[in-house]
Order: sequence, then structure tokens, then C-alpha cells
Amino acid sequence: MLTVSNLRTHFHTGRGIVRAVDGVSFNLARGRTLGIVGESGSGKTVLVRSLLGLLPSTAKFGGETEIGFEGRPLDIRSETALNQVRGRAIAMVFQDPMTSLNPVMTVGAQITESLRYHLGLTGGEARERAVALIDSVGIPMARQRIDQHPHQLSGGLRQRVAIAIALACEPKLLIADEPTTALDVTIQAEILDLLARQQAERDMAMILITHDLGVVAGRADDIAVMYAGRIVERAPTARLFANMRMPYTQALMNAIPRLEAPPNTPLRTIGGRPPDLVNPPPGCRFAPRCPRAESRCTDHEPPLEGGESGHRFACWYPVGEPGAA
Amino acid sequence: MMSGNGELLKVEDLVVTFNQAGGQRLRAVDGVGFAVAKGETLGLVGESGCGKSSLARAVIQLPPPTSGRVLLDGEDLTGLAGEALRRTRRKIQMIFQDPISSLNPRRRIGDTVAQPLRIMRRGGRAERDAQACDMLAAVGLDPGDAIDRLPHQFSGGQCQRISIARALILEPEFLICDEPVSALDVSVQAQILNLLREMRARYGLTMLFISHDLAVVKNICDRVAVMYLAKLCEIGPSEELYRSPAHPYTAALLSAIPQPSPERRPAKIALVPGELPSPTDPPPGCRFHTRCPHAKAICKQVEPEVKEVGPGRSVACHFPL
Repeated sequence: MLTVSNLRTHFHTGRGIVRAVDGVSFNLARGRTLGIVGESGSGKTVLVRSLLGLLPSTAKFGGETEIGFEGRPLDIRSETALNQVRGRAIAMVFQDPMTSLNPVMTVGAQITESLRYHLGLTGGEARERAVALIDSVGIPMARQRIDQHPHQLSGGLRQRVAIAIALACEPKLLIADEPTTALDVTIQAEILDLLARQQAERDMAMILITHDLGVVAGRADDIAVMYAGRIVERAPTARLFANMRMPYTQALMNAIPRLEAPPNTPLRTIGGRPPDLVNPPPGCRFAPRCPRAESRCTDHEPPLEGGESGHRFACWYPVGEPGAA
Repeated sequence: MMSGNGELLKVEDLVVTFNQAGGQRLRAVDGVGFAVAKGETLGLVGESGCGKSSLARAVIQLPPPTSGRVLLDGEDLTGLAGEALRRTRRKIQMIFQDPISSLNPRRRIGDTVAQPLRIMRRGGRAERDAQACDMLAAVGLDPGDAIDRLPHQFSGGQCQRISIARALILEPEFLICDEPVSALDVSVQAQILNLLREMRARYGLTMLFISHDLAVVKNICDRVAVMYLAKLCEIGPSEELYRSPAHPYTAALLSAIPQPSPERRPAKIALVPGELPSPTDPPPGCRFHTRCPHAKAICKQVEPEVKEVGPGRSVACHFPL
């Protein structure tokens, strides 16, 4: 349904060219959830924003970048082409519902906007649809809520409104960029449940971006791990957690404090820092921080290759067990 | 009161209120009491708006609490003012959530770290600079390289190291950490948690560690206190509290944490769906009753008192789990 091939998004800045996303390819099938995990600056947000043209004008795409959506090419360089899909076939939910909603428009006006623009509904029809949507995302008293402004809602309710807006035109693909990072843990669980329920009901594909491996572990069918602008490992969720092959993925996992570990268990850290994306190191970008790196790693970039059962990783000297499930 | 059995900090019946627009009074902290033993790290968890940061600020008298007492080594901080408060406050230092905004962007790192010494009129300039260098080295930075630079030249994790250096330069006894790793990436979070542990051992620190992340809290705290809508729900040794939470809210929080392992499918959260009630108008009786799956009639009317249920373990619930 979605094919991303060799996506390169570079920012032309005064400091030089920042290679924020540098050669990312993946496919996503209907009804599936892909979790994209990475730390700040790994390129996960730029990746999905590239698909919707939500980037500043300093962003330039690479020559070989090709995107296919529902069997047709999607020209992400064309504003006209993007306007056709944005908010309609592909919709997005952002991290901070406080800033993603318009503070001076009522909730109803924000939901009906895309219904009228994309589907050509009249005011009354759109309003009825909006009430139904507010109700379906679990906001009580939909008829009253529709005339309220964002500041009258709690953070959790605001994110539900943002989800209602995204769902308004029945998208085929929903992109959720850190949808629960700004929320409390009990609200986070409710919002993730809501997204999963809506996805199943509507048979949508979903890309769930997060820095939290815990969030994707229970929610995504497949996980892609990003580091320094590239996907470094990708696998079905259970397989990835059972057998991490890329040393970065394993290091990231080891750095997480575990609930089952006794208090004051020292955490295993990753030395060094992510590379400067203006001037990334040659070869594997994780090599300068990798305890297993050899000269081959700094000379030649490892391709993202598999493994059985859709498990792919970009590493010359992988950890874990070859072939093990 | 006495500061027996190694208590360094004791908080008694602490209340913090704020005036709000429209003449309403918000009780951000409502009658909270606990003690922290010398060398111990107490975690304070709860969701946004539960009063954990207001509580921490009241401990350090920024601003002083509306009522209640804060005893450090037996001395009541709430009665102090001016020079006396400043001298005592040296013993308590604090680090904050956002490491970048908590540093002065136009002050060189060396001056930022040496500033507390200057305020306390300790040593000459050269001596203060030397101490700042030692402190920067202790938190894992290269002092020669760092001292003349400005905060924007450092990453978030490095800025948090600088904040820690600044907080520790006066050799405080008590360190308050208010969400110190919440703004950091997982790998950097691990470095800072390890560093705090190392500093705690080296300087014999007692800590109050605030976080909304229960896994982080368990990683660094000996005991944990859980707050809900300005009240203390439960307090106890970390291991026990996580293994068998006594307050339904603690249980709900624990069940809501997403686990990084796919075998553990997201559990049903033990919570009545709905929103957090407004702290300006908290529910009567037990404040948690509107979301508690075990609430009975009495919970709606009578507020449960904090009762001791085991050694070092107290809970405010009519029907503890």
C-alpha cells in the first residue's frame, strides 16, 4: 500500500547539507502497524513529514527518491499532489495536541474543515459527522464539546480531538508522531488503545513513531529502528525483541530501566554521541560508538539485509543468533 | 520534633496553596508528610498536576509552604528568613527537568558552576575556578574544554551534567531532582541515572527524586511515595511497593506502563476511564474514588487517613489491596 524507496531528505543550511534522512526504504501493507523507533535526531519525524510535505523549504529530496501509495506514484515534490492526499488518504496525529490544534477555532470547526474541503459536505452534514466522530473517539457529551475551544479540554481530550480530525476523511494511512509523549501514563494507555481500536475498525495502516520501545512492543506489527538518518534494523515485533541483531538496537534496549530489575541496577550506556549529520562518518554510522566495530565497518557501509522472515539489519558483525527466532 | 533514627529531612503536614484568577484557591499540596533518612533516595511519582513539583519547591522554600513544617537535620526551614535561610539552604540543592533552560545562556559554564561559591562568598576567583574545574571533571566533562563555553554549545545530556556540577559544588546534604531525565533520550537518560548514583555514593547524598516514569524511579530510589491530586496515596520501599501495591492508584499506574517486551500484551489498566478531576475542585471523600475500580460508598464520603500497614509502609485507602 505504501512503498518508500530510497528516501533522502536533506536540509540545506548555512552549516552545510544536513542529511536528516539518508536512503530509507520500506513497505507497509494495509491494516498493518509499523513502529518507527529512534532517538532525537535519528530522522524519524523528518521521514514521515516528508511523506506529507510538512517540511520547511530548505528540505530537498534526493533524485532517486520514489514514493508509491495505493499502487500509484505519489509526487512528494508537488504541492498539488500532496493536497489531494494530505488529511484525506493520509492523515497525521502530532505529539503536542496543545500546539497542533488551532486555539481560536472551536473543536467542531477544526473537524469539519477537512470534511468540507475534501468531501464537499455542507455545514449541517459536516457537523453531524463531526458529532459522530467526537463520540467515536470516546469524548463524552459530544454535542456540547463540539462548540468548545481547545483550552477548555484536558491534554488527553485534546489528543482525542486531534485523532478525530485525522480520522474525519477515513484515511487509509494514519501517521502518529509521538502521539502520547506529552501525556500522562494512564492517559497514554487510553490513547494507544483508541488508536488500535480505530485502526482495526477502519482497516487503516498506521505508522507509529516513538522513542519508547515499550510503546511499540505491544502495539506494532513490525518495528523499524532508525539511527542517524537510516533504518538500521527492521523486523516483525516479536522477532525483533527475541533476537536483536544490530548492536545499536540492543544497546538502546539495554539502556532502558526495567521495572522487574531490583532498585539501583546500573544501566548499560552507549558511549559517545550520534554523528553530525552534516558530515556523517563513512561506513556504518554507528561504528564510532559500537563495541564490535572493525575496520570493515568504518570502510564499507553495511546494507539493510535479511535474515529470514522479514528480519533485516544493517550490520557486518551482528549480535544475536543467526536464524534463531 | 526530634531527628532520630537517621532522618535527614522530615516534612510535616505540608500545605501549598495558590491564588487563582476568580478568587479560587488551589491546594497544590494538601497535608503531606514523610521523612527521608540520611543516605536514602525517596522517589516521588504521580501524574501532571498532582503537586509533586510544588512539594519539592516548598521543601527548598521556593516559595515557602502555606503551612506545615520542613525539618532539615531538626532545623525548621519554614521559620527561617534572610541570611539564616540562605545559609541553611546551601545544604539543599536542586536540579530541574529542562537542562538547557535551567542554565543562563549568556554565562560561561565555568561561571555558572562557580556561581554558588560566589554567592556564599567562598574563596577567591582562582580558587572558585579551580573548584568548578574539579566539579566538571567529576560529572564527566573535560573542564579545560568546557569552562569557557556557553550552554548552547552543549547537548541536553551535557547541560544536565553541568546542572549537577552546579548543584553539588556547595557539597549539599540533600539533592532534589525534579524530573531530571524526562527531557533526555533513553541512552542519555541511562548515563545521567548512572552519574547520579555515582555522585550519591561519592558525596553521601540524600535525594528526593521526582519523576512520572515509574521504571526510572525504581532504578534509582530506595523508597517511593505516590501522589494523587495533592495528597499522598502510598509510601513504601520500592521493591515491595512495585511488587504488591497497596493503593489502587499505584496499581493503576503500574499497569499502565508500556513494557518493552511483546509477550506482555498491554494489560487492561485498572482504572475507571475518565479524566483527572480538577485540583481546584477535588472530589469529596477519597480523591481517587471517581477513577477507582474498587470504590465503595464510604470512599465517596470519608477521606481515608494515611495508615501504617508495614515497616516503612503507609497507605491512604479504606480498602488497601
